[in-house]
Amino acid sequence: MATLAEPETGADSLEAFRAEVREWLAANFPASLKGKDNSMSAVEGPTQEAPEQAAWRKAMGEKGWGVPTWPAEYGGGGLSRAQAKVLQEEMARAGAWNPIGGMGVMMFGPTLLEYGNEAQKREHIPAIAKGEVRWCQGYSEPNAGSDLANLQTFAEDKGDHYLVNGQKTWTSGGQWAHKCFAIVRTDKTQKQGGITFLLIDMDSPGVEVKPIQMISGMSPFCETFFTNVKVPKENRVGEEGQGWTIGKRLLQHERTNLSGGGSAFRVSGPSLADIAKKYVGADDQGRVADPDLRARIAKFEMDWRAFLLTAMRVQAESKAVGGVSEVSSILKTVGTKLGQERAELMIEIQGLQGLGWEGEGFTPQEIQGVRAWLFGKATTIYGGSTEIQNNVIAKRILGMLDHQ
Amino acid sequence: MAVLTEEQTMLRDMARDWASNESPVTAWRKIRDANTATGYDPAAYATMAEMGWTGVIIPEAHGGSDFGWLSLGLVIEELGKTMAASPIAASAVAASAILLGGNDAQKDAYLPRIASGELVATLAVDEGPRHDPSVITAKVEDGKLSGTKAFVAEGDSAGLFVVAATDGLYLVAAGEGVSVDRRHLVDFRSHAQMTFDGAPADKLASGGADLLEAVLDRAAVLAAAEMLGMAGQAFDTTLAYLKQRVQFGQVLATFQALQHRMANLFSDIELMRSAVEAGLSAIDRGGDTRQAASLAKAKANEVGHLMSRELIQLHGGIGMTDEYDAGFYLKRMRVLEQLWGNTAFHRERFARLSGF
Repeated sequence: MATLAEPETGADSLEAFRAEVREWLAANFPASLKGKDNSMSAVEGPTQEAPEQAAWRKAMGEKGWGVPTWPAEYGGGGLSRAQAKVLQEEMARAGAWNPIGGMGVMMFGPTLLEYGNEAQKREHIPAIAKGEVRWCQGYSEPNAGSDLANLQTFAEDKGDHYLVNGQKTWTSGGQWAHKCFAIVRTDKTQKQGGITFLLIDMDSPGVEVKPIQMISGMSPFCETFFTNVKVPKENRVGEEGQGWTIGKRLLQHERTNLSGGGSAFRVSGPSLADIAKKYVGADDQGRVADPDLRARIAKFEMDWRAFLLTAMRVQAESKAVGGVSEVSSILKTVGTKLGQERAELMIEIQGLQGLGWEGEGFTPQEIQGVRAWLFGKATTIYGGSTEIQNNVIAKRILGMLDHQ
Repeated sequence: MAVLTEEQTMLRDMARDWASNESPVTAWRKIRDANTATGYDPAAYATMAEMGWTGVIIPEAHGGSDFGWLSLGLVIEELGKTMAASPIAASAVAASAILLGGNDAQKDAYLPRIASGELVATLAVDEGPRHDPSVITAKVEDGKLSGTKAFVAEGDSAGLFVVAATDGLYLVAAGEGVSVDRRHLVDFRSHAQMTFDGAPADKLASGGADLLEAVLDRAAVLAAAEMLGMAGQAFDTTLAYLKQRVQFGQVLATFQALQHRMANLFSDIELMRSAVEAGLSAIDRGGDTRQAASLAKAKANEVGHLMSRELIQLHGGIGMTDEYDAGFYLKRMRVLEQLWGNTAFHRERFARLSGF
């Protein structure tokens, strides 16, 4: 394995790097795309890319900057955290966004870098870094949601391959994924210890995908059926029976991304107060005309500020102690709850105008707001529901005991 | 917890050790039972002064250590945990008024004495039961101040009052033209109705029009720091209780309904901590402290209110007894919630500052 010298991160070299980033963005980010990121794109699936969008994705992919801190030898950017921050700042300044995303980036890539063998890393990581291969997550089953270790999908050892049978559900993006990272049962006699981590080609014979229509009208999740699907042994990550450990590690990456650390809570566009002034009106002192609504917007904005301060504090603490601050465990529950509160306030502010489903009489922002409000109800359920997270906080952090 | 410097960590640990060893809640209980107007133990306050806590925000040139507001907040938080009573917060806020708005003579006259703990100073702003600095009628004519101030914290022991009058802040020494009437609140601390009748008053003239607001921000954030200590202690006490109390043959901590309530309270207190520390840090950074202060106080009010109620409820009947300490926290918390702006006050202010 090639070893990389730790990139220099002194102030001077950072400023030089900043200049390099600026120059590169000026040359490669099409001005016509400025600020045109769609926050719902992750759940709406791949759309027809305009030529300039495709070019932007390709440029970022070849530079490795879509996954800036991944090792350069596998197609990542090889940047230090400080450099990655500079990159992020400069992209924000230029109105650019990262076109490389999805589960491969958020969860699977970091996990494979840690647990995969050399051949697996060489095969899969560069394709993720370039945004060429889409991954989906084969975790939940109809009877294994919050109780994930209860999963039943079975992989039978057939010598050089496994034969997989069973059903997964809530497979995000299953209908447009090329590959699936899945946890399956290889031993029925033990619960966690009988689980193995497999990589499955979605175009293998016997894989069938049925999108599930959601209350938002979108179908970002699927039911996925496996009937006598052959999975070569070289597609097993780690040892047989090690899948629970690897799978849990992957969930940590998921939680990090679903909480304050990731872009999931990015709020862009006009503030709630501005929207309220537009829909509800303002009094002669410029205050939102409805005092009760104004007070609740203020409460939300203050809670949101406290949440962002907490996310920053977690980062600073983690950096100072060289580990993960235990406070990070609250970011998912608090952040998702606040996200839902914001969406509810937005709907309320707009009255019936904020409840349009489609067609005439509604702006694209109004329709998108409705879909985002509805889709957002999933955030306190997926990635470990709020109830499960509270169990984790109570038991692991507060030391409150299990039932005897 | 914010990332602390070595000095801050030492200061915090010193305050923690002293509060838990030398000033546990039993010490407060004795003061409470003695029912004095001043509401603290002067000997304990002298010890705090010896340890330098009375001069944390005062510059070295004036006898302090100049450690800043985050450092002072750490001390106040630790003292709040065990209900260790003192006029440190009131004196620091009064000192900050002199620092921000006083001339050299005023600084020289008072800051060293406040830093040494010899002089207790306090801020007198509100004229009614609810915090409202927009309504001030106290007036100064020919250097003499007249007016009434309600619920002045530490008014019973203060030797110096920083008084808000219609045209600015004034320094008034206890004595001529100043009368103190005790107002006995549920927290058994000092709150006094102050009547100023032609009291000699020395104006803090160099602080500008925003001086009062800047000083009130400091008062609000320090109150929030005390509430943070109290809420954290209330949480820890409750958690420990749930882990040992058995009902229906089960330790209460094993009940999921209680686990989730505690998990939610844990989250709330972490947000409260972030807001309070950000408020203290904003003061240290200088500049506009208004939004950060309102955020700190509003969050402290909300979470402190909830935690002090849950403290009683989750303890059940024992939490209702005077023999147990929970009631101290509930009663002091409610007083602090009203001091320097309740939740509605700070929400309104935050919205106004945000332009909506």
